[in-house]
Amino acid sequence: MSPKTLYDKIWDAHVAHEADDGTCLLYIDRHLVHEVTSPQAFEGLRMAGRKVRAPEKTIAVPDHNVPTTEGRDDPAQMTEESRIQVAALDTNAREFGVHYYPVSDVRQGIVHIVGPEQGWTLPGMTVVCGDSHTATHGAFGALAHGIGTSEVEHVLATQTLIQKKSLNMKVEITGKLKPGVTAKDITLAVIGETGTAGGTGYVIEYCGEAIRDLSMEGRMTVCNMAIEGGARAGLIAPDETTFNYVKGRPHAPKAGAYEQALEYWKTLYTDEGAHFDKVVTLKGEDIQPVVTWGTSPEDVLPITGVVPHPEDFEGGKVDAARRSIEYMGLTPGQKLTDIEIDTVFIGSCTNGRIEDFRAVAEVVKGKKIKEGMRAMIVPGSGLVRAQAEEEGLADIFREAGFEWRLAGCSMCLAMNPDQLSEGERCAATSNRNFEGRQGYKGRTHLVSPAMAAAAALTGKLTDIRELM
Amino acid sequence: MEKFEKLQGIAAPMPLVNIDTDMIIPKVFLKSIQRTGFGKNLFDEMRYNRDGTEIADFVLNKPQYREASILVAGDNFGCGSSREHAPWAIADFGIKCVISTSFADIFFNNCFKNGILPIVLPQEQVDLLMKDAEKGANARMTVDLEAQEITSSDGDVIAFEVDAFKKHCLLNGLDDIGLTMEKAASIDAYEAKAGAERPWV
Repeated sequence: MSPKTLYDKIWDAHVAHEADDGTCLLYIDRHLVHEVTSPQAFEGLRMAGRKVRAPEKTIAVPDHNVPTTEGRDDPAQMTEESRIQVAALDTNAREFGVHYYPVSDVRQGIVHIVGPEQGWTLPGMTVVCGDSHTATHGAFGALAHGIGTSEVEHVLATQTLIQKKSLNMKVEITGKLKPGVTAKDITLAVIGETGTAGGTGYVIEYCGEAIRDLSMEGRMTVCNMAIEGGARAGLIAPDETTFNYVKGRPHAPKAGAYEQALEYWKTLYTDEGAHFDKVVTLKGEDIQPVVTWGTSPEDVLPITGVVPHPEDFEGGKVDAARRSIEYMGLTPGQKLTDIEIDTVFIGSCTNGRIEDFRAVAEVVKGKKIKEGMRAMIVPGSGLVRAQAEEEGLADIFREAGFEWRLAGCSMCLAMNPDQLSEGERCAATSNRNFEGRQGYKGRTHLVSPAMAAAAALTGKLTDIRELM
Repeated sequence: MEKFEKLQGIAAPMPLVNIDTDMIIPKVFLKSIQRTGFGKNLFDEMRYNRDGTEIADFVLNKPQYREASILVAGDNFGCGSSREHAPWAIADFGIKCVISTSFADIFFNNCFKNGILPIVLPQEQVDLLMKDAEKGANARMTVDLEAQEITSSDGDVIAFEVDAFKKHCLLNGLDDIGLTMEKAASIDAYEAKAGAERPWV
């Protein structure tokens, strides 16, 4: 038998039907659902008189619209439209009988944080959600990707997706990371290298010593942004780190079933000599703390750099860079560490987990954020919030001057009340710096949690290594 | 789904690269629970001032492009979020075909579910069609899906590739779910087999 990649193995294990032209029905093991991209899908089922084929494999949680302030059960905190969307999910989840974590449940949070936390996401699975950051779950060696609402309806009705296989791409990060460099810096550096379309048509497998050394949470950060590099999905082969994380989670297999699963999970790796259609290699020791200067996640530079000149680029990117620099209110040649920040957002499915918050606490403990700074920390789930409270992190944040919020997507995409105003400039641990992403005419610089914490203290984009 | 056979119409040029789904339909418009009505907010922040007045030099506000049904766009069109509201807005505006050198994966798939044909062409051919589109309302292109050919206003004929299954569905306006349900026996068989092999899933 010819050697297979990890992607090949998971793909092959999920083909329910293959047509002569290679179009496949891929079976879906877990379907995550949130309130923004699902109402039209449930309505479609209802109109066609269809049921959810596998409600036991379907998990719903509201996250995009929900306010993150105390007393959010008060409907007045949401706009009428948000309220309708959250209410629609509530109705649909109950009517179709899927697993459901309502706003009032302590387990509620961002769908990509809740899934792994509850043990819904397991190695070797196929996982989809009507959300591009479904790539996050690839950290477990699960084939996970975002889908549109028509496909949400398709999965609800048939538990399959119509798919053609992608190509295989390997991203290897060799060696060790230097102090101050995190999973976020790895994933941004990779996009800086490949561009936002570099992964289009591929499923990426991340590997190498620097990836192996990451915790599960770090691996989720890396895979989360595979989509920003254009890839359908990002994968990391499961290992002891993965198995230890999964074990004992509420929906992970128990006892004998766990042993049986473990035996299978241990076969989930790329065989020696398997073919990759594209290979990118970065040296871990070359990666520096990075920051984005523009309005595309590929606009990445080490924090020690300067704002580029549009003429530094080629083709259509020249005009795009000119537009970005103007939108961001920057000057070519300006040092990145001279850029002043008025807002800090720490959270999102990229960096809203407990380890992210520990990293922030380490930087801000016993210190105060810059006067006039608006800084908020938004946990990825109610359980992350509870743990941070228990570990005393929340007190550190409050004492430093941060707003300590309830769980949700919050200012990552600003569909709830957490938004930037026109011209405000934010150091954000989220995943997209698009125009208007965090609010109309708002300006976003993507960074790691430690770098966001540093910016909150100094009021500027800051090299975390100078505070270490 | 509406059938896509042959389209003749005005092409609007948008040479900007990396046009993302937040540009196509900003999140403030994602709160509807309907599939329709998004066209008026297509490219909202590029198309309107904050007070709702039109930005005159945005391409779709120019008199010659207001009826555009084809978009010729820069690289990596539709990158970003999985929101199907992006193709819903495009279709609702009246655009049925987008031509670029590359598309983001999820957006590309979403187009086919909504009667929109996304066409990938090499840079030089996109450049040629971009120039053609820049001529304005006189530049009426023809997109023939059956023949897999685009004819520019000057009569240049450009062939394009399209996945055979997706072409079949677009030409006939077929509903994916209905087609898949015909294969229910395969799904049942898969579930039985996978359930025995991996009972913990």
